[in-house]
Amino acid sequence: MTSDLIAGTPAATGEGPQEMRSRSELTAKEVLREVGSVLRMSEKAASELTSSPVENDEEQTMIINMGPQHPSTHGVLRLMLELQGEKVLRCKPIIGYLHTGMEKQAEELTYMQGGTNVTRMDYVSPLNNELVFSLAVEKLLGIDGDIPERATWMRMLLSELNRMSSHLLFMATNGMDMGAVSMMIYGWREREEVLRFFQKVTGLRMNHNFIRPGGLAADLPAGWRDDVLTILEGLPSRLAEYDILMTNQPIWRERLQGVGVITAEEAVALGTSGPILRSTGVAWDLRRDLPYLKYKEVEFDVIVGSYGDSFDRYAIRLNEIRESMKIVYQVLDKMPSGDYRIQDKKVTPPPRARIDESMEALIHHFKIFTEGFKVPEGEVYVGIESPRGEIGCYIVSDGSPKPYRLHMRAPSFVNIQALPHMMRDGLIADAVAVISSIDPVLGEVDR
Amino acid sequence: MSDAVVDSPAPAEQLYGCVVTYSRGEKVIHALRENYIATLKKAIDDSFTMCTDLTAVDFLTYASTSRQLPAGIGGERFEIVLNLISLERRERLRLRVQIAEGEATLPTAFDLFPGTEAMEREVFDMFGIEFEGHPDPSRILMPEDWEGHPLRKDFSVGRIPVQFKGAPS
Repeated sequence: MTSDLIAGTPAATGEGPQEMRSRSELTAKEVLREVGSVLRMSEKAASELTSSPVENDEEQTMIINMGPQHPSTHGVLRLMLELQGEKVLRCKPIIGYLHTGMEKQAEELTYMQGGTNVTRMDYVSPLNNELVFSLAVEKLLGIDGDIPERATWMRMLLSELNRMSSHLLFMATNGMDMGAVSMMIYGWREREEVLRFFQKVTGLRMNHNFIRPGGLAADLPAGWRDDVLTILEGLPSRLAEYDILMTNQPIWRERLQGVGVITAEEAVALGTSGPILRSTGVAWDLRRDLPYLKYKEVEFDVIVGSYGDSFDRYAIRLNEIRESMKIVYQVLDKMPSGDYRIQDKKVTPPPRARIDESMEALIHHFKIFTEGFKVPEGEVYVGIESPRGEIGCYIVSDGSPKPYRLHMRAPSFVNIQALPHMMRDGLIADAVAVISSIDPVLGEVDR
Repeated sequence: MSDAVVDSPAPAEQLYGCVVTYSRGEKVIHALRENYIATLKKAIDDSFTMCTDLTAVDFLTYASTSRQLPAGIGGERFEIVLNLISLERRERLRLRVQIAEGEATLPTAFDLFPGTEAMEREVFDMFGIEFEGHPDPSRILMPEDWEGHPLRKDFSVGRIPVQFKGAPS
């Protein structure tokens, strides 16, 4: 340990300019600008805030850290809050504690290996990460029109089940953050049933690397339909219990209604997506508005809120579980037979049995798993609706088997910008409710 | 593989005074650095009110002859890529701006799209491109005293050992 760490100078443990500065270090104009930046408004709009805290006395406010090790900050999110009594005047999220350079790593991995990397970003909905990566690579290869029907429907099945498991986890963590500890147990229990199905299909509960460029890694196992039906038939009564336990309960409503309000204009300006944007009344769901896979062929409703508060965001996610169940029922009806991956020998590894009898199969196998397949030059952006909002994948290819640049547009990274807006003039006791209602996954915020 | 792989060769189509190309069927406009903000304003007036993504690419090791840029756009080392959405028309639009290595700055889009605040900080952190007028130009993901910009192509993976404040050397 160096001496300045022992001495405990701020520089030894702090993040310097990334942190929120106290008012005494700032001029009035800087405060205004900082309020504007933290609230993501222009300076002019910030100066028009009626409750502008600029005139407040420095003595009466204090800056405290919430996180990065606070249990209800969902990972390693650190918030610096300026408080006056119990009122939050300013808030600044500080991120990067889970940054592992995954976008840099992606440039070192082939398109075949890339799935293992992206699946670890949003670890609560890994299949959606793999899906958006695969769709982008397929678009670059020009094979997006040749993916077999069954593969597309299988992807929809897994994507919707993953949305259910992710929202069930939200029910659990949201309940725990609000003090409904029994809800945590119920949410995890239901999610575990979905994960058990994933384990049967993909071999893993999380980080599947199952959806791959060209299709999927394997076909659905025998008896999958019964397993899905078991999940679907068990859930409605459980969701009804959630309604009794939370939705209709006065304490729950008191705790969430009117907390963390954001307007539609703010939500659009901040670029938020998913349940946060929809809670403000903007009916924007990429599954309906910019359809991918076969979402045009299934019936479902886009759930929209009206107040933009934490309760709306909770109710939207609860009802999206029901909508996803509706989609999964339709997928069960429409699941065609056929191939689960494209039969393009340059993209798809040959079946294991063929390797023993065919020289070409062995060569293809070897080439794909050592060198990878070459992807034509170009750049492409694909965005899909993950449980948290729009997850996008931007790939630049220079014609080699590795992406020249891979960028993931992470919904949580953008949504977290809405936190200072939602928290301003709220109570510190509501801060946990607001963080929880954003449902951030720090793995994807920091990548 | 189908014919869709072939990209359109530099057409004469224009939008907001910028050259339009299509990459795998996606509409891309190539703005110049000088009229970057003006182009964004025109896009907003044309209902592209949401900026979903802002990122950058470092073309250091990519031969500039094969980058398929339209005529009149000179390939520079860095490129800023914005993805805009029109909620009304349900359309996407991508905007690419070339940025030379010597003058790696760009006016901030913060006043037009407040949501780009964190994204511009990330681009500064990862690529060292500065955004003029950005309200909070600090690093966002890397530690504040980190040296270099990790997503640049001349910053190799694993070249630098673990680098944290106060770590014994």
